[in-house]
Amino acid sequence: MDKEQQARRAWLNSSSRQTGASAASQGERSVVFEAAVLVHLDAAYTLARYLTRRGDAAEDIVQEALLRAYRGFESQSVTNARAWLMAIVRNCFLTWKERSGQNSEMIGFDDVLQYSEVLQNDSETPETILIGRQAARRMRTLIEALPEPFREVLVLRDIEDLSYREIAEIADIPIGTVMSRLARARRMFATAWKGSEFEVPEGKLP
Amino acid sequence: MNALPPPCPERELLLHGLADGELDAANALAIEGHLRSCEGCAKLYAEILRHKKIVNDPALRFHATPRLRANILSAMAEVETSVAAPQTGQIIPLIEPRRWSMAAAAFSALALAASLILFVSSPVGTPAIDGELAAAHVRSLLAAHLTDVTSTDRHTVKPWFLGKLGYAPPVIDLKPDDYPLIGGRLDYIDGQPVAAIVYKRRGHIINLFVRPIGHVKSTSETINGYQILSWTRGGFDYSAVSDLDMPGLRQFQHDLDSALP
Repeated sequence: MDKEQQARRAWLNSSSRQTGASAASQGERSVVFEAAVLVHLDAAYTLARYLTRRGDAAEDIVQEALLRAYRGFESQSVTNARAWLMAIVRNCFLTWKERSGQNSEMIGFDDVLQYSEVLQNDSETPETILIGRQAARRMRTLIEALPEPFREVLVLRDIEDLSYREIAEIADIPIGTVMSRLARARRMFATAWKGSEFEVPEGKLP
Repeated sequence: MNALPPPCPERELLLHGLADGELDAANALAIEGHLRSCEGCAKLYAEILRHKKIVNDPALRFHATPRLRANILSAMAEVETSVAAPQTGQIIPLIEPRRWSMAAAAFSALALAASLILFVSSPVGTPAIDGELAAAHVRSLLAAHLTDVTSTDRHTVKPWFLGKLGYAPPVIDLKPDDYPLIGGRLDYIDGQPVAAIVYKRRGHIINLFVRPIGHVKSTSETINGYQILSWTRGGFDYSAVSDLDMPGLRQFQHDLDSALP
């Protein structure tokens, strides 16, 4: 660990030599932060959106998370900026949930169809066209209807491509739990998807 | 009724692990062998792969608005001005980076236990070079020096290298939707100028270092959270470096290899 940190410090030193020592340390710090952490803004926002199921709350949480990350940012000791940021987003979400007295599980898995109405006016991205707007909205709704512990691992693994190990660190659970939750989350999603109107995939998950 | 047998319950997690590229070689081989003889598991495996493909669609991601980004940047500037005061206040981040590293260290004990099943990087023959590759990748992100020639057109990037190096590395237009080409850069590895071709995968930057053959063995390594995958093909040594996870980087290697002449 020590050795790794030394190596990391050495890179950062060599990089500051290359950028020119004239750069003010503050300015440099924010540039380093932008390159290492802020580049993961969309990933942070996606996680917050799926956790809160609300655009405004997700924005508040992400802004809070990035600021906390920036205050605590020491480039030498952050070894996996994306996973680190995701863990902070998750913590900010838990704080928000507690503070707002929001019982995010009030929306049960059975209420998927009613809940989909809520998202009818959701904003579209150009990429939505890829799988069709209806299908994308539908799938987002199905994911949002998963109970939180399962939604979390599904979003981190299947949408954000994080490894089991990273997810275990972020959600503070053993890898074995990541695996079993992920399997169950995918099963729930498949069952719900099969029951939804727009497309029935052939075959089914047990 | 010609009903399929159900999948084996005790193998369900392994099937997910296989689909996610998280199994070590021995377990992956064993479960792949099982798939050839068990229809129920084979069907479940196919379902898992299809699920992953569907849910991995970019349309399911959300994008931060420019306003949110601007708010964050201006809040960062405010932090700087308040921190610039001689007596800096007690700032307690929600998770201190150091604690995070400690958590990671504590965690590696768990990971060790799990490594009986999960994929573990193989040891590497050339640690010094891997360190240099990772360092070059980090520098490219930190020093606002990602590219010397910024172009999404390989016909611009390739000749640019020929003028700077003694060789012209293959620059591949690789599924522009999946891996947009960002540009090229001259870097120094092992005391030699080398070509770095920069691709993007979602939020991740991939630096692909290309050198004439003779430098690397086929290895995979993780250094400080950055994955390094090295291989040789068609007269060139390739090293891909990214914070993308190893399965993602292997997919990149696979897609690149399929596109190379």
